[in-house]
Amino acid sequence: MSSGASANALQRLVEQLKLEAAVERIKVSQAAAELQQYCMQNACKDALLVGVPAGSNPFREPRSCALL
Amino acid sequence: MCDQTFLVNVFGSCDKCFKQRALRPVFKKSQQLSYCSTCAEIMATEGLHENETLASLKSEAESLKGKLEEERAKLHDVELHQVAERVEALGQFVMKTRRTLKGHGNKVLCMDWCKDKRRIVSSSQEHAVTMPCTWVMACAYAPSGCAIACGGLDNKCSVYPLTFDKNENMAAKKKSVAMHTNYLSACSFTNSDMQILTASGDGTCALWDVESGQLLQSFHGHGADVLCLDLAPSETGNTFVSGGCDKKAMVWDMRSGQCVQAFETHESDINSVRYYPSGDAFASGSDDATCRLYDLRADREVAIYSKESIIFGASSVDFSLSGRLLFAGYNDYTINVWDVLKGSRVSILFGHENRVSTLRVSPDGTAFCSGSWDHTLRVRDAFLFSCV
Repeated sequence: MSSGASANALQRLVEQLKLEAAVERIKVSQAAAELQQYCMQNACKDALLVGVPAGSNPFREPRSCALL
Repeated sequence: MCDQTFLVNVFGSCDKCFKQRALRPVFKKSQQLSYCSTCAEIMATEGLHENETLASLKSEAESLKGKLEEERAKLHDVELHQVAERVEALGQFVMKTRRTLKGHGNKVLCMDWCKDKRRIVSSSQEHAVTMPCTWVMACAYAPSGCAIACGGLDNKCSVYPLTFDKNENMAAKKKSVAMHTNYLSACSFTNSDMQILTASGDGTCALWDVESGQLLQSFHGHGADVLCLDLAPSETGNTFVSGGCDKKAMVWDMRSGQCVQAFETHESDINSVRYYPSGDAFASGSDDATCRLYDLRADREVAIYSKESIIFGASSVDFSLSGRLLFAGYNDYTINVWDVLKGSRVSILFGHENRVSTLRVSPDGTAFCSGSWDHTLRVRDAFLFSCV
């Protein structure tokens, strides 16, 4: 790579890194707590987590249970 | 995964000296020009300020990278799985295959759900009449359900309006929307049928207007092929995440074309990225056999989903509705289900007879579909013992 192209690329890299360094961040403990809270709040709606009653599952074949 | 890289040589008249040479793009006050290598060298030396040299730019870049790591590390006060210690562990998981779709004549490469949750579009390595190339690597359903977009080795993304009229030739109504200089690896409609976001082996992503085929925005920054992308859930604004062969996951602002955050912790190509349902984080699956979770507000990786026994690459990932489960398809034909919070594997699903290449949870979260090189798609859900 000639010096021309890499100088340009480096200048842009420096600008990009300055942008990224200026991002506002929160602590992992707070971020983790919020991810967890979202999971807990929506767990009951998550059919793959808790399953759904047989009647409302569109993919299940209708089953009958005959008690004789 | 990428097997080839293509080098594009542009020949033409230099914008400065007008001689016929091999050209490279240069930026002068944010305008892109094409200079021959001689003029580019001259411009570079003119463009640098008095005390700036290549060396000082490099060292500034290094120190900025170091500063970035330091800032991120300062906030790393705890691990996600530690915070989740008090959360109840998940019980025994039983997932059952409800449908096995066999219609493809070859490897299934991509799939997407229609918002009506009843229809799926899938693409494969076929010798089909309608597509001009054999590898259709990306496909997506329009939000209205009235069209699909797909593309691959033809370097294009084309939109096909859907019709249930058997007499209509779908290929005739095809509209070419996106043009890249290398293969199309991923595509997605934005919130409407009017715009498409694409990712390509040429290292860029792009936003296109479907009606006019016009390029609305391009996203430059990846150092190699871009393999995947995912749009942020609509409530969280106009961003998307992309993953590439340069091992980087990058978050982009769709309006400005700017990369707002970048993450480089994977050790190999990133094959799949997917936003966490709240939009505050995203997961990635990579050829390094791990999946990782990156939190956007903490600006760092917060979890790694891996096991010593898992040595094959993860090709595709998706979250369940609540974000508690991460489904990941692997090249060893299995699907691993991970507890996102605790970092542990809750289940391993078998059934496919070749690589799992694509995996998506349905829009309402009741089922998920996996596509494989074994030519089939399998729809699975959580088996619930119930008395009817």
